[in-house]
Amino acid sequence: MIEVLSSTALATVQDLGRFGALGWGVSHSGAMDRLALAAGNILLGNDDNSAAVEIPIFPFRVRFHHACNIVLTGADHQARLDDQPLQPWLVAPVRAGQVLTVERGGPSRWQASRVYLCVAGGIDVPLALGSRSTQLRGQFGGYQGRTLQQGDHLPVGVASDLHCPAGMGVVPPALSMPLMVEGTQAIRVLRAAEYEAFTDHSCAEFWAKNWKITSQSDRYGYRLAGPMIEPKLPLELRSHGIVPGVIQVPHGGQPIIQMRDAQPSGGYPKIGTVIDADLWRLGQVQIGSSVRFVEVSWPEAVKALQDVTDWLEEVRRMVALGRTVQKGAGHDQ
Amino acid sequence: MAHDPVISMLGTTALLLEAHGETSLETQQTIWSLSAQVCNWPEVLEAVPGMNNLMLCFRKPPLDPQPLIARLLDAWRAAKPMAVEGRTIELPVVYGGEAGPHMADVMAHTGLDAHEIAEIHSAPLYPVYALGSHPGYCYLGGMDHRIATPRRKTPVLKIPGGAVSIGGFQTGVSASDGPSGWNTIGSTSMSFFDVTKQPPTLLQPGDSIRFRIERVVG
Repeated sequence: MIEVLSSTALATVQDLGRFGALGWGVSHSGAMDRLALAAGNILLGNDDNSAAVEIPIFPFRVRFHHACNIVLTGADHQARLDDQPLQPWLVAPVRAGQVLTVERGGPSRWQASRVYLCVAGGIDVPLALGSRSTQLRGQFGGYQGRTLQQGDHLPVGVASDLHCPAGMGVVPPALSMPLMVEGTQAIRVLRAAEYEAFTDHSCAEFWAKNWKITSQSDRYGYRLAGPMIEPKLPLELRSHGIVPGVIQVPHGGQPIIQMRDAQPSGGYPKIGTVIDADLWRLGQVQIGSSVRFVEVSWPEAVKALQDVTDWLEEVRRMVALGRTVQKGAGHDQ
Repeated sequence: MAHDPVISMLGTTALLLEAHGETSLETQQTIWSLSAQVCNWPEVLEAVPGMNNLMLCFRKPPLDPQPLIARLLDAWRAAKPMAVEGRTIELPVVYGGEAGPHMADVMAHTGLDAHEIAEIHSAPLYPVYALGSHPGYCYLGGMDHRIATPRRKTPVLKIPGGAVSIGGFQTGVSASDGPSGWNTIGSTSMSFFDVTKQPPTLLQPGDSIRFRIERVVG
């Protein structure tokens, strides 16, 4: 059991997402940085899809009522167990009664905003329509269908013995797979159906200029600020399915990127779609900072997704190797 | 079909098939038929009908999408409209006033008054074409084009559950509180979604909604 001690605005329980329910109007939800969640789970010997706590606002404090292994993945914030510093992306044993505190402050070695508290055994909330992710709009899934509050007690599942040895971890993907253009976070994009319906000037500006992630951005979507994006003619589309990553341009001319809690359908014209392989990067961009869009082809987008899969497989191999080494060392004693 | 549908990619996650022509129930019945067929294809994670269109989510993006697109077009050309005998529910609506904060925008755009808009809006029997937007939300066909009003320049951050709204040539009822780019003209109360039920939604494609004027304010 994990007890939430802070008033944790906007922290939620998330797994990799809820699939197969779009036809009921139920969006995918799931971790904004699915790579951080999956890697944390692999380090702990969990199923990749086990649920963790996604923390976007700090400070965040919890007390562990039982001993367990944990790993913090995602952003490089200041964390400590009681008064001992805790390194992100490294597996750490926790004793019953210890308090974890995660705060902002100090230099970050990489730019990211969300921390994932992954626990061996996973956060064991009930499955709802096949997933443990919080469906905020529908008020189900996760912990009672809502963001976490002070005093909540999160159940933890049964841990496997397949975890990485304590003190071992991986180099975060933000460091091993950086993607920057002229000092700005780059995000790769495929053209969408209505790309040609925007003026040539608007399309050129879309790729050339920085886009600020405004404060009206959350798990539903990122509202961007930048040059005006104008269609050649006003466009009203029939409602159709959309997915996280779709960049819509409402009549106001400022794009909105659909994120994990975005509704599964819409009708604003689409200028592009952030490729699946870069949604984890976008999920970690801080409000107030900027991104630059880089156009890619279909083969490049598929290759980029393979790179992400390969990175996760490398983590899996490393964890298996770490276990073998530890086991070998044990026999020598 | 006179024209082939337009097919476009939604990143590497999905593709979208959009039928040509005026939005019609017959086209939608063909979409349902196609959806029921392709959802069993091994590369398809989910097939999601929209308004005279269909989204296919991939289990894994194909290295080359062209063979899948060709197969989908063949299936579309061969698909026959699938009639669904659904049920009808009646929803009492308060039009205008606090329940319909954007009624004035629809009046300004259409040149009609609130009573005329309510009369026109409540006249048809609306077939549920598809579900989407948020849990339990129904996209309805058959709205009279005289009350069509463009989506708002900027989406409203929160409209309440039960809001009856118009977006372009479409109308619908919000199933829960949330953001929307549509124009809210009235309000009703009904539970459209219950996660503990199977299926969790009150209505399915092929069912119908009838709006009844309870009151018109303004």
